[in-house]
Amino acid sequence: MAVYARLDDVCVRYGPKIVMQNLSLDIVEGAITCIIGLSGAGKSTILRLLNGLKKPDSGRVFVREREVSAMPERELIDFRRSIGFSFQFAALFDSLTVYDNIALPLREHTKKSEHEIETEVMSVLESVGLEMAAQRYPADLSGGMVKRAGFARAVITNPEAVLYDEPTTGLDPIITHLLTDLIVKLRDRLKGTAVVVSHDLESIYQMADYIAMLFEGAIVAYGTVDEIKRSPNPIVQQFLQGSEVGPIPI
Amino acid sequence: MKVLEEVGRDTEGVFEYAGGVAELGADAFGFIGKLRIRVRETFDQCYYLGVNSWSIVVLTSLFVGLVLSLESAQQAVTYGVSNLVGGAVTYGAARELGPLLTAIVVAGRVGAAIAAELGSMVVTEQVEALQSLGLSPTRMLVTPRLVALLLMLPLLTILGDIVSIGGGAWMAQAYAHIPYASFVESARETVPFTDFLKGIAKAFVFATIIALIGSYQGLRTRGGAAGVGRATTDAVVTAIILIFIANFALSYILFGGGR
Repeated sequence: MAVYARLDDVCVRYGPKIVMQNLSLDIVEGAITCIIGLSGAGKSTILRLLNGLKKPDSGRVFVREREVSAMPERELIDFRRSIGFSFQFAALFDSLTVYDNIALPLREHTKKSEHEIETEVMSVLESVGLEMAAQRYPADLSGGMVKRAGFARAVITNPEAVLYDEPTTGLDPIITHLLTDLIVKLRDRLKGTAVVVSHDLESIYQMADYIAMLFEGAIVAYGTVDEIKRSPNPIVQQFLQGSEVGPIPI
Repeated sequence: MKVLEEVGRDTEGVFEYAGGVAELGADAFGFIGKLRIRVRETFDQCYYLGVNSWSIVVLTSLFVGLVLSLESAQQAVTYGVSNLVGGAVTYGAARELGPLLTAIVVAGRVGAAIAAELGSMVVTEQVEALQSLGLSPTRMLVTPRLVALLLMLPLLTILGDIVSIGGGAWMAQAYAHIPYASFVESARETVPFTDFLKGIAKAFVFATIIALIGSYQGLRTRGGAAGVGRATTDAVVTAIILIFIANFALSYILFGGGR
């Protein structure tokens, strides 16, 4: 198993609050790794560490042997082109249409003609089922459509990895199922790595190759879906069962 | 000791703020120097920030010109020197009030708009989205606004000068029966053309202040809608204070200090 990214002994604080303490985690190349944990546990921070949007207070972050945590901002700007990021609320640019949102990275980073860009954008929009919404503005889309547009923008440059922050939160079961399938399809299409932060266990069981559970600033369990389901760790079991009784303080 | 600690913290905060604005300015001017300017976005910003501000600039400049003329005409008539009114009004408008008031009005409208727009983009993660796409927020967001203001504020200042002097001439004629020809002659004798140019030169500095302070406040927004509100208020207050300070420094350098 080749390692795509590694968090090595990472500590992160937000003011006085310690979010990560000596956290270490390997992300396997070509796999879908899902990160689970309580709200506010720092799951989204892991994604931000991986693409350099956040620097650790101590420890190191590597992506394909390159130390992201030591890169200056100018280098990070180039580096981030190799990693797609799908934000929790999609973070589409509200002054641009869906089409222009997705075309933006191609216009800025490539010398492709407008015709080539149109072909690529429409192909990605088709793959997420949004070809009819190309000329609509984000404010005119439903929650599920916004998420799918965010997915499309994250993968338009064919990145080597895609990071998904809460991709199915707040969506109905049908759209949730659709998006979960989409994550798997996009991973297969890009032949890349995916890291997904989610609370949605059904969806995670469907797509995950590996699951990491974050609790009180550290990874307390890591393994395949079956390994996590069978984990003897009472913290993991309480979380998976959604029980109020157990070692996790409510 | 507590007071000293607080003073120390505030001083550190001022330097941190100044350093942050300077860094943003260096980045933005760096992109301008390398001609990495988004032309379409810059034109859009010229329209939103500049063209849409003309009416408030005209209104404020007109009434400032009227008041300036009214006050100076009252005194001039009393002392029998009404032939100096044109010079007095033009002197004040071209060197000080034209550039200063235009900048303050634009700071109120545009500085707030920039801070609010960028602040909203920060809280909705759109700025992080730009970064995650490998795009520099400074190039994408700050540089177009800076270039737009550097183009539009001097033009608005010229407009403000014309309107306030024109308004002043009308008031001098209407109130003190000073003929337009006498008003213009007095203005030409008193105020050299270079003074107009120096006034317009001030506008470039003021434009830089408004764009950078608005952008910096917007980009450092934290804490949702309340944070956007704070950023907007702080942007306007800080920009106006800095415009006054810069105006004094520029007047000293351009008109007074060398003598």
